[in-house]
Amino acid sequence: MAPHTERLTRPAVRLRGLTRSFAGRTVLDGIDLDLPAGQFTALLGHSGSGKSTLLRAVAGLDHGVEGSGEISAPERVSVVFQDSRLLPWRRVLPNVLLGTDGKDAAERGRAALAEVGLAGRERAWPSELSGGEAQRAALARSLVREPELLLADEPFGALDALTKIRMHGLLRDLWQRHRPSVLLVTHDVDEALVLADRILVLDSGRIGLDLALDRPHPRSPRDPVLGACRERLLAALGVTEEAA
Amino acid sequence: MTTTAPSTSASRTADGTAASTGTGARPGRKRSRRTLTPGRRVPAGRLIGPAVVLALWAAGSAAGQLDPGAIPAPWTVARTAVRLWTEGTLPSDIATSLRRAALGFAIGLTAGVVLALASGLSRIGEALIDGTVQLNRAVPTLGLIPLFILWLGIGETFKIAIIAIVVYIPVYLNTHAALSGIDTRFVELAEVQGLSRPQFIRQVVIPGALPGFFVGLRLAVTGSWLGLVVLEQINATSGLGYLMFQAQNYGQTDIILVGLLIYGVFGLVSDSVVRLIERRVLSWRRTLSV
Repeated sequence: MAPHTERLTRPAVRLRGLTRSFAGRTVLDGIDLDLPAGQFTALLGHSGSGKSTLLRAVAGLDHGVEGSGEISAPERVSVVFQDSRLLPWRRVLPNVLLGTDGKDAAERGRAALAEVGLAGRERAWPSELSGGEAQRAALARSLVREPELLLADEPFGALDALTKIRMHGLLRDLWQRHRPSVLLVTHDVDEALVLADRILVLDSGRIGLDLALDRPHPRSPRDPVLGACRERLLAALGVTEEAA
Repeated sequence: MTTTAPSTSASRTADGTAASTGTGARPGRKRSRRTLTPGRRVPAGRLIGPAVVLALWAAGSAAGQLDPGAIPAPWTVARTAVRLWTEGTLPSDIATSLRRAALGFAIGLTAGVVLALASGLSRIGEALIDGTVQLNRAVPTLGLIPLFILWLGIGETFKIAIIAIVVYIPVYLNTHAALSGIDTRFVELAEVQGLSRPQFIRQVVIPGALPGFFVGLRLAVTGSWLGLVVLEQINATSGLGYLMFQAQNYGQTDIILVGLLIYGVFGLVSDSVVRLIERRVLSWRRTLSV
């Protein structure tokens, strides 16, 4: 049972007729989508399926891209990219505080770093961090703004398998504690299954499958219910387990 | 619930000593790989080459292998330097030359930075400035000397103006390229983090452009000395170059060498100062040279 059911009433993100195209090729074809507040949603798709385009549209980062449609999103939005995108000329704490001000900012930054397990690394340079640590710092940077919506564009795509597993646990913990709406874009079916309470599959510019997933956390990828879900997701992605 | 577990990267060490677990079992075999970086710096390494040249010069003079009229011995040059310093006009010549170089450099540096900021941060500025500077760059600055003499006379003003032009061009070009070549990923980040335009410029654009600025600065330092030498030798009535020009008329090779050595010291000291500042300001960069 998801303990947050009563919070899923007012949509955090509302998309109506969202269309985007690049050089005449339609990437998003009239998407209607509501993301309830506080929900952890994963968006799956092939590379080039337009899942990042959708995320960038919600984040307001798609300047000059052709398209139409209505987007409503919360005021406080944070984005985590595939690369940590830490400014190499700032130490970790100032990086986390980029764009955050107020006199208690430094305190909040330290607290966010402690939450992602980077206490004591405030004065490190980004070049001194490992890939996983850098991505933790990026998570801290997105947390410190107390986002209502957290957009994550394949945030663990560049990490090794072991680091990825720890980061899944961390992200889920952080979500439990802060309860932002999360839209996680990924091409990793297992990542979506382990993390999300709702999984969308983007196919030919439309939502091909919308799957609610009400399994307790932490989840094991060997859970038979998840196994059945995996098959449905792979089928929606046009892959069969043998062919994969 | 793995939040506070220690990071996996804790086992990373400086030079591949992950192999040390292997050497524990068989102490006779060293398994660490040869490093591809140049290794540790030799203390005062940059002085070794010049010291060797000086030693060869002294040895050649002592052995009588060098014509004292063409290349006087190091001690002759040293004696001449002391004599010029105590009895002659050397201190005031050096002061004159330094003043020219410093003024021209300061004006050129300021102009280069201001123009690069105006052109790199606004489209109107770019339209007005960039093409003009590119045109200016196409004309070799030293070719402007006759025109500047007619405009400004043969005094100090024209010399400082020429040095300023020699300096501002590399500062402008490199700073502007760095400002406009800002990584789009960082632009996106700044948008996502809700930075205002002044915050974006101060926290992202300018720090990101500093490496390019320093490239320009070092070229400018070299350029300012080159400009100074040319200016002082063609038309000056004071300064180091004038001293050397006079010495040429009387065949005083030792004085010319004193002048060249002083120019060399100027160049070396100024370049070291810029390197020092660069290493301080860009301490976040970890490269082979650190």
